[in-house]
Amino acid sequence: MFAPADKAQADETAQSLAIEEGKQLYSVGCATCHGTDGQGTTDGPSLVGVGAAAVDFQVATGRMPAQQPGAQVPKKKNIYSQAEIDQLAAYIASLGAGPSIPTEEQYGPEGADIAKGGELFRTNCAQCHNFTGKGGALTHGKFAPNLEGVSAKHIYEAMQTGPQNMPSFPDSTLTEQNKKDIIAYLDAVNGEDTVSRGGLELGGIGPVAEGLFGWIFGLGTLIAVAVWVAARTAKAKKS
Amino acid sequence: MSTQESTTARSRGKAPAGERVADWADGRLGIYSLAKANMRKIFPDHWSFMLGEVCLYSFLIIILTGVYLTLFFHPSMNEVEYHGSYVPLQGQLMSEAYKSTLDISFDVRGGLLIRQIHHWAAIVFLAGMFVHMMRVFFTGAFRKPREINWLFGFLLFVLGMFTGFTGYSLPDDLLSGTGVRFTQGAILSVPIVGTYISMFLFGGEFPGDDMVARFYSIHILLLPGIMLGLVVAHLILVFYHKHTQFAGPGKTNKNVVGMPLLPVYMAKAGGFFFLVFGVIAILAGIATVNPIWALGPYRPDQVSTGAQPDWYMGFAEGLVRAMPGWEINFWGHTLVLGVFIPLAIFGLFLAAIALYPFIESWVTGDKREHHILDRPRNAPTRTGLGVAWVTAYMIMLIGGGNDIIATHFHLSINAVTWFVRIGFFVGPVVAFVITKRICLGLQRRDKDKVLHGREAGIIKRLPHGEFIEVHEPLSQEQLYTLTAHEQYRPAEIGPAVDDNGVERKAKGSQKLRAKLSKAYYGEGSQIPKPTVEEYKEITSGHGHH
Repeated sequence: MFAPADKAQADETAQSLAIEEGKQLYSVGCATCHGTDGQGTTDGPSLVGVGAAAVDFQVATGRMPAQQPGAQVPKKKNIYSQAEIDQLAAYIASLGAGPSIPTEEQYGPEGADIAKGGELFRTNCAQCHNFTGKGGALTHGKFAPNLEGVSAKHIYEAMQTGPQNMPSFPDSTLTEQNKKDIIAYLDAVNGEDTVSRGGLELGGIGPVAEGLFGWIFGLGTLIAVAVWVAARTAKAKKS
Repeated sequence: MSTQESTTARSRGKAPAGERVADWADGRLGIYSLAKANMRKIFPDHWSFMLGEVCLYSFLIIILTGVYLTLFFHPSMNEVEYHGSYVPLQGQLMSEAYKSTLDISFDVRGGLLIRQIHHWAAIVFLAGMFVHMMRVFFTGAFRKPREINWLFGFLLFVLGMFTGFTGYSLPDDLLSGTGVRFTQGAILSVPIVGTYISMFLFGGEFPGDDMVARFYSIHILLLPGIMLGLVVAHLILVFYHKHTQFAGPGKTNKNVVGMPLLPVYMAKAGGFFFLVFGVIAILAGIATVNPIWALGPYRPDQVSTGAQPDWYMGFAEGLVRAMPGWEINFWGHTLVLGVFIPLAIFGLFLAAIALYPFIESWVTGDKREHHILDRPRNAPTRTGLGVAWVTAYMIMLIGGGNDIIATHFHLSINAVTWFVRIGFFVGPVVAFVITKRICLGLQRRDKDKVLHGREAGIIKRLPHGEFIEVHEPLSQEQLYTLTAHEQYRPAEIGPAVDDNGVERKAKGSQKLRAKLSKAYYGEGSQIPKPTVEEYKEITSGHGHH
């Protein structure tokens, strides 16, 4: 009879404990720029309402805490454990309602339409991330990163929360199914086990790399061959 | 062949089969005199003379592989739904052109390899033409009588650019569609006629339904047809003029020293064809080019970052990327200077190199025939101008790939663009000055070598303790080669007064010409070559180092 209430109370206690732990981690790693209560300072934006998904993305990919200010904070080695990230996320989520960390069911490959995902990707993402998510340049040193090797969960969170210079694509813009499709497409064309059909991919960045490769290895080899052929001339017979 | 000879041959019995075939053919085609005149044609040996062959052979490879591709390609913009073997596009709507290119890549036997050979060969063809043109430029091989052939070669390069561009547009993928849209924008920027040309070319508003079919005719028929004709004319003129050669003992402006076409060059050239084919096939076998399946079908509402043309159009891309987006509104008409100025510079920049032979011969007043090549150092001003041109070209290639450079070297794309903007004006000037200095330095070194010999690397200690490095005198051949080049005097305006003492007015063009001529051949532009007297004086003396 009292068991559910007990469980709820236990959950609540665990939750408040996580928030408490998270607040401590926050004070050490984040408060310098984001303010003591996540309200933001001149060095960092307010975190009220960014949600757990934003925290999970930024911290788990090593972007936050930032090493130094700059045009954009790059990905680096993450030094927090998943448990610590969850605590931080719980604390930030307690500041104001925001998107929560997505579940496997949301970003997993089941029921995804790869071709539809490709179409969505080319319509919404390719302007910055290139045809197959190889990344691209933005103004003043900002950039859209290469999406190869980014986990499905993090891609989902990035679309949901719009980290740094990226616009956010909430469910009202790209539905859960849309996001799933896009993730499945990226896994098919820019995943770790994507087969390059035509041989070396040359970075997948198009004609600049192809031109360089053609000049150096194509024409370069042919000039070497020409030098070799010209050096082997027929000798005039001595009479 | 005289009749008498064949009669005597017959009287001794039946002529060998080969002779009879040759005789049969000669009677109908008259090839004997042609073959007699050309089979022993002499070609000089130098690796750089084979750059043109690289172009010729890659052109042939492009034609051969292109024919194979036409068997499977459907130049149509009809919309179809894809159900082929490439999973990430299944169920997508696309044009038949794009679908048939996917089929060539995945479902036609050898299709992807042939497609990649075709595309890699095109990249190598254009690169080969660029380097071949630079070889001809820097050695002065474009001088009389070869100016027309220079123009033919230039036309081949420009037509090659546009043939490549139309070919790259045919698959109707998202990248090529973006490129065509870019081109349409450039056409639209032309004042007055731009909109008409665009409507005419695309049969209405962009993209319309005709683009692929029209580009197909241009790509497989019109441009390659003209190019084939030009290639033949180019080769006929090479035969007619005879090949140029570098200076050396026994080589004069009136002879050609080398090996005969048959059998030596036939064997070499034939073998070289297969080597070129082999290298390009290996390239196509190991590296992918234009993976259209990864790019998706073209839709005017979509665009991707990192959209560049193939390298030979990168120069034009760079000009547009570097240009500030200026615009003038004039009586309700918009003049898009941000695109039109780059388009104009693109034309002028190409025209400059095309007309260079005529400009140089006007400035120097040199109307003689030249069959002996210049070493680039012996024409410092020309070499400097050429390097300046190449520098501007390369800087614009950087401009065309500014986003790729920004992401891969962790730079700001704005900084790259500013570098390109400033570099386009400053770079060529710096390159000209440095190149000229280097050329003059090399001329001094040549002079030094002629007069004092080669540094032997042997250190000798003299009896009184002094150390000297032994210099070995050059051989007669080396001396000749280093001093064979002519040194020109700047053209003069002529005396200020004529024979009757009346003041003579020099025309503006004459003054300009005298100034330019001075820049070419004045004191600061060449190191006087050692004279016989200098040489004798130094070699007869003692104790020189």
